[in-house]
Amino acid sequence: MHIFANPTRFLSIARPLTPWLFWGGVALVAVALVQGLFFAPEDYLQGDLVRNMYVHVPAAWLGMAGWSGILVASIMQLVWRHPLAGIAARAIAAPGALFTALCLLTGSIWGRPAWGTWWVWDGRLTSMLILLFLYFGFMALASASDERASISRIAAIFGVVGAINIPIIRYSVVWWNSLHQAPSISLAGSTIDGSMLWPLFGSALGFTLIFAAIVLMRMRGIIADIRIEARLRRMAEA
Amino acid sequence: MAHWPYIIACYALTIGGTLGMAIWSYAAMRAREKKVTALRKGGDE
Repeated sequence: MHIFANPTRFLSIARPLTPWLFWGGVALVAVALVQGLFFAPEDYLQGDLVRNMYVHVPAAWLGMAGWSGILVASIMQLVWRHPLAGIAARAIAAPGALFTALCLLTGSIWGRPAWGTWWVWDGRLTSMLILLFLYFGFMALASASDERASISRIAAIFGVVGAINIPIIRYSVVWWNSLHQAPSISLAGSTIDGSMLWPLFGSALGFTLIFAAIVLMRMRGIIADIRIEARLRRMAEA
Repeated sequence: MAHWPYIIACYALTIGGTLGMAIWSYAAMRAREKKVTALRKGGDE
């Protein structure tokens, strides 16, 4: 990981990688969503409503994966003071919050016809809402720091402590009674039929590639901002 | 209950939100990288 400690070296990899990740993700999502919308079978219980799974599950996955990324970046910032750790954490926060919000919105829209209600204060929905508030808190703490190239110690500790919510989200449907269904995919296998599983994997992978491209774009933007500030400072001093 | 309006709403929100975030991030990145290039050229002259 320290091989990327030099921002110039990081940029030489990120610049060609960004369009490949983005357009690869777009292609994969397009194929998977067409498959999910028009070719995957209906669920025996939910009918066509199950097609919401192909956008809701990737959004949930990326909301949680985003905070896992903030956790790793925060640890790297606290332990090694890695020059790109703070930049990565800042870059992840907004898309992570977006996908968490999309998970809540699509879940709510799914819940109305499936459960008969837009919202219930159960473990899964509430812990996901807490994740969204954690993102807002992290963004506020990160932007409060004057140093653009890193995040404050408080923000990094917040990133680590906030990660406690990730296993709570994962196991909330096991620990507490919930309208939300139990996990369909685990390390032991899947209860979803293959004809529905492949579009789901394609969609999840495609949105993950787009998420990675967005993070790289935002990291490049922050690095450019730092360079602008440094150059303007040098010009003012000259 | 008709399911398709709910399905269309979910897809529209997710695709619109993702594209919106991608376009915003790309535009911000391009504007800053262009400014870096302009400043570098200005400094070299």
